[in-house]
Amino acid sequence: MCNLTDYKNMWVFIETECGKAKNVGYELLNVAKPLAEEKGCELVAVVIGKDIEGVAKDAIAYGADSAIIVDGPEYEYYTTDAFANAMVALVEKYKPETLMIGATNNGRDMGPRVSCRLKTGLTADCTEIAIDEETGNIAWTRPTFGGNLMATIMCPENRPQMGTVRPGVFKKGAYDEARTGEIIKEDIHTAPEDIRTRLVERVQEVAESINLEEAEIIVSGGRGVGSAENFALLQELADVLGATVGCSRAVVDAGWMPHAHQVGQSGKTVAPKLYFAIGISGAIQHVAGISGSDTIVAVNKDADAPIFDVADYGIVGNLNEVVPALTAAFKAQKN
Amino acid sequence: MNICVCIKQVPDTNEIKVDPVTHTLVRAGVPSIVNPFDTYAQEVGVRLKEKLGGKVVVISMGPPQAKEALKSCLAVGADAAYLISGRKFGGSDTLATSYILSEAIKAVEEKEGLKFDLILCGKQAVDGDTAQVGPEIAEHLDLPQITYALDIIEEDGEIQVKRECEAGYDMIATKLPAVVTVVKLPYEPRYPTIKSKMAAKKKEIPVLSEEDIPSIDLACCGLKGSPTKVKKTYTPVREKNGVKLAGMPAEEAAEQVVKLIYDAKIL
Repeated sequence: MCNLTDYKNMWVFIETECGKAKNVGYELLNVAKPLAEEKGCELVAVVIGKDIEGVAKDAIAYGADSAIIVDGPEYEYYTTDAFANAMVALVEKYKPETLMIGATNNGRDMGPRVSCRLKTGLTADCTEIAIDEETGNIAWTRPTFGGNLMATIMCPENRPQMGTVRPGVFKKGAYDEARTGEIIKEDIHTAPEDIRTRLVERVQEVAESINLEEAEIIVSGGRGVGSAENFALLQELADVLGATVGCSRAVVDAGWMPHAHQVGQSGKTVAPKLYFAIGISGAIQHVAGISGSDTIVAVNKDADAPIFDVADYGIVGNLNEVVPALTAAFKAQKN
Repeated sequence: MNICVCIKQVPDTNEIKVDPVTHTLVRAGVPSIVNPFDTYAQEVGVRLKEKLGGKVVVISMGPPQAKEALKSCLAVGADAAYLISGRKFGGSDTLATSYILSEAIKAVEEKEGLKFDLILCGKQAVDGDTAQVGPEIAEHLDLPQITYALDIIEEDGEIQVKRECEAGYDMIATKLPAVVTVVKLPYEPRYPTIKSKMAAKKKEIPVLSEEDIPSIDLACCGLKGSPTKVKKTYTPVREKNGVKLAGMPAEEAAEQVVKLIYDAKIL
């Protein structure tokens, strides 16, 4: 329990690694901007990292009114202890009313550590954030039970109200270089002996970086594709469209594609202009990850597949015939 | 190495359906399972114990029927199991749940006469999907944590964890005791045998309620100890009135869809 009126402003955590920001922080600024305006409060970007002044400037260009930065060598790579300590110290000093964090693996590692130390509420993986008219609290909405149910959650008596949002759920705002704002530097450090984990080695497994969250067009395949080799058909369609190839969980479980390509509740949440669901039945867990897509095209041999309920354009047929036909038709259209 | 594995009994979310009339979850007839991520936590825990000696104790907070989930863990290598169940525990959010579990872990240590070197959880439960209870247990116990584990290796009293990250993995080391949350492993959890099932059935599973954990602060449990409140729940609307082409040659259908996409200026 705390004195609610002591807490002001809306904070967005901008996660960085090796001095580079992850996009989800900027996406959150765009979501938080209208909420901060509605509340009549300041939108503050909180950047923790090494050599991050440029990131703070970018955050202001993406909509933050000001930024607080914590810079130091111990923040080059993420550690639970250093990052959670810094964030808790900042919250205790400035008392923000709301704190949003990108639900990357690191964000979901740090978030509960911070909320638990502050004895406040944290709502994970929100897909909708609004201000409750009656109470002025943040209403965090998130999928639960594997996407079968949506729950709206509030944190009425504790501050800050904390929530995480997955990358790709919201889009970044426009970059406005002309925007200016104060950048406050805070000198917070955790002694090396108090950082209890150590990065021994980093292994990049994905040859080219797969960025499903930011892809404009995604061609995804499911169990219906039938084999790893058959994904070549999808790749050809993707090549014509400049698209990224994704897949459903069944495909990863079968070992046809690496996890980095997985779209859905236990993979990536995506919001492309155009999403192709090829041989994907449309389990609710998959649909939960693609509902931000502007347009969905489904190809499936089963006319009753639930994917057709969410598709804007559906073709009932054999994907081995339909996909090459789509590739040919897009090629013809482009010429 | 003494290991505590925290598990949760969950409905099989693949089997859950939404009632089209009432728009509520139909849970009747939906099987209860051990949260899949927790089965990996349990398996890696048992493998570490088999290599290094020690004990694997499984705990779960839940209603009396969660004993079934604990029995199934006893059948695949756990040495002891405790059910954490009490009237004052109902309605707990992740902060209250993790507090109760952290206090229960201390109580179990006392009862078993040991100290846990490693506390393992699944990355998240498939019903709530928050991934918060593991890190919050670590915070309550002031232990280091490593989340998103794909494998755990022990070396000279330290562990190295293969931690999933966006483009591959990190090897992260920490001293023990520590909390690790597990995503998946390079191998599948073992199956019980008829013999191990029979033995598990005979084992007693003690229940720890608020009365059995004297140190517990009841103001931090249940609804009272939960900062988050569920305001409402609803089923997502997923009906679109899209165009569906069936019973025509692939070329024709493809051409029509491509034309529609260009006409709508999607591309």
